[in-house]
Amino acid sequence: MRQLLLILTLLLATPLYAVEPDEILDDPVLEQRAREISRELRCLVCRNENIDSSNAGIAKDLRLLVRERLVAGDSNSEAVDFIVDRYGEYVLLKPRLSRENAVLYLIGPVLLVLGAIGAFLYLRRRSRRPETPLGSLSREEAERLEQLLGD
Amino acid sequence: MFAEIGHFTVLLAFTLSIVQSVVPLIGAQKNWAGWMRLADSTAMAQFLLIAFSFAALTYSFVVSDFSLALVAANSHSAKPMLYKVTGVWGNHEGSMLLWILILVFYGALVALFGRNLPSALKARVLAVQAMISAAFLAFLIFTSNPFLRIAVPPADGNDLNPLLQDPGLAFHPPFLYLGYVGLSMSFSFAVAALIEGRVDAAWARWVRPWTLLAWVTLTIGIALGSWWAYYELGWGGWWFWDPVENASFMPWLIAAALLHSAIVVEKRDALKSWTVLLAILAFSFSLIGTFIVRSGVITSVHAFANDPERGVFILAILTVAIGGALTLYAARAGQLRTTAVFGLVSRESGLVLNNLLLVVATAVVFFGTIWPLVAELTTGRKLSVGAPFFDAAFTPFMIILVAILPLGAILPWKRAQVGKSMKNLRGALALSIALGVLVWSLQTGGRMLAPFGLALAAWLVLGAIMDLLVRARYRDNPLGTTLRRLRNLPRSDWGKAVAHAGLGLTVFGIAAITAWEQEDIRVVALNERFAVGAYEFQLNDVVNQNGKNYSAQVGSVTAFKDNREVAQLRPEKRFYPVQQMPTTEAAIDIGLTRDLYVVLGEQQGDGGWTIRTYIKPFSNWIWIGSLVMALGGCLSLTDRRYRVAGAARPRARPVPQPAE
Repeated sequence: MRQLLLILTLLLATPLYAVEPDEILDDPVLEQRAREISRELRCLVCRNENIDSSNAGIAKDLRLLVRERLVAGDSNSEAVDFIVDRYGEYVLLKPRLSRENAVLYLIGPVLLVLGAIGAFLYLRRRSRRPETPLGSLSREEAERLEQLLGD
Repeated sequence: MFAEIGHFTVLLAFTLSIVQSVVPLIGAQKNWAGWMRLADSTAMAQFLLIAFSFAALTYSFVVSDFSLALVAANSHSAKPMLYKVTGVWGNHEGSMLLWILILVFYGALVALFGRNLPSALKARVLAVQAMISAAFLAFLIFTSNPFLRIAVPPADGNDLNPLLQDPGLAFHPPFLYLGYVGLSMSFSFAVAALIEGRVDAAWARWVRPWTLLAWVTLTIGIALGSWWAYYELGWGGWWFWDPVENASFMPWLIAAALLHSAIVVEKRDALKSWTVLLAILAFSFSLIGTFIVRSGVITSVHAFANDPERGVFILAILTVAIGGALTLYAARAGQLRTTAVFGLVSRESGLVLNNLLLVVATAVVFFGTIWPLVAELTTGRKLSVGAPFFDAAFTPFMIILVAILPLGAILPWKRAQVGKSMKNLRGALALSIALGVLVWSLQTGGRMLAPFGLALAAWLVLGAIMDLLVRARYRDNPLGTTLRRLRNLPRSDWGKAVAHAGLGLTVFGIAAITAWEQEDIRVVALNERFAVGAYEFQLNDVVNQNGKNYSAQVGSVTAFKDNREVAQLRPEKRFYPVQQMPTTEAAIDIGLTRDLYVVLGEQQGDGGWTIRTYIKPFSNWIWIGSLVMALGGCLSLTDRRYRVAGAARPRARPVPQPAE
């Protein structure tokens, strides 16, 4: 928590706050799109903060840049690509679904499926075995199961 | 003077903790009663010694003894008394001392109230506790000594970070630590059980209250931190998926899984080795959390490299504790045999599913948190994983969990039929869907989030009510009898229903604030009225004021609805001269159905002021729900079964099953 506070302290060192009135676009639809994009982009000098709520100078520059691209007719993804081309993947708060990031995106679903299979096997064995004093799993089976469940 | 004695008592406690981690273990192995009993006295002594040193440190803060380096760096003579005291743990060294104080406090509780524990188990539990306290006392003494003096004391201190000078945050760390450290009890019981090679219903009955207590305090701690962020950071964000927040959220999720699986061990004598593994994992995540926060490794690999001492020390503790416990687990888990038989559809299988979802969700949070580090170390790519990722990757598991929760909670033990149990929930399901559809048709704009969230929340709350009614057999009894039966239900049944309903309230708050929040940013001239949603606001004036250790500009804003005044708001911009730091104090008119949230910005060239106005519908339900969850935990904690737990250790005595 301290760490977070320290960073927040640095962030709050300027009393300006996030989107300023003079940045807002006249077209409410475009502005809404700009806000949505801003929430997915990282303020590069901040810790874990998007440019929409950050008050750092670079965040303001990026907000203006996003709006500029939208006014120029870019689609949302074109505008994001434009910024990623210049600032790198680091600027995305949600990493792209690429081969390098596959593990990050697949870990949840894969674990869920593996765990569900393990749990199903465990439960089926529990439901089929008659009540025996020694329990129904052999030691290897139990360990294997724990492995599956614990992965 | 006091500080020196405090320093000395820390060293004494360290020595005692080493004795306590060895002697009782040998005693338990050889069955030497005297050696086992030693743990009781050393555990009490450790607590008294650390309590003294904590008191000594607190005293130094209260009298502003700036000859202590820690006090000079973190306090100031003009600071309000409350924050002088809470400043004791508003820094690294002091917070570690608090961590240890809570650890030895729990140890003393076991020594005092664990009379019913078999003496060997108790000796082993206390020995494992002592190993943990020895490790952390060494960490404190060798890398983070709070009692260091400085040769030339400054005239005044550097003050505490102004953001920390806040009641919400002052009590956030103690609650979190009560939770983190509470999980060390589950860990110690798990390791002791592995050494003994025995886990039974009685064991689960001793572990569950500790886990429950840890979970309750973690819930309160996390809610306090979230509430603080909401009102203090100036735009009403309440959860940021920051690594430091995730560090407290992961133990919470695992603790939730653990206290559900421990029910299965207690009632059905199954899932034993899985529960032991969860107990080890829960405390492991507490340690990982401590490591993340204390080492700064997640923020930046470089911050870690610059000052590696503390990080490496905690990493070593982490490796030994987790590695040792898991090795022991691998060697002994096979001995934990399960005899119970239950159907593929049963309360047991519902709880297995609950565990699966909570553990997978924790894994997602864990991988998301460490992914930037992994990517940088393995491929040199710099990337970010923030809120948009977690919202997308974490939420689905929670939605599944919430969707199946009421059904799982109502399934009978051993063998159940979905159709039969759903009969009891049909009304609740229909009403929830109807509510969702109603909201969907009433709201303007087509976001599905709010109707969906409301339906899920209603499903949870109504499901919890039905759970109680079914337990009271409302179908077979007249109203009067049902009410009497409701009143006589065990506290743990009430606790379960209340906690589940609390989750529903939180889900509703989250859905509502996410879907319906309204925001307005503009430059306002004095006495100009502007509309936001159904409300109108007017900035009356801005004046300068001084607090005890800050100066402030205070705006006066009136809020109207239908031309009637509904609230006076006083947003502030403060400046703390000692720390040279400005802060923003949002003005919030708190309500059950909405918060009006006004932030004062900069004065513009034309004399107008930037004003940010938010209408945050049902935001307080997030924290009310959390408190209700905690209340449910407390109700369960006061269940009669735990108060008399183990009065006579019912070794393998069949636990009476409630008639369903």
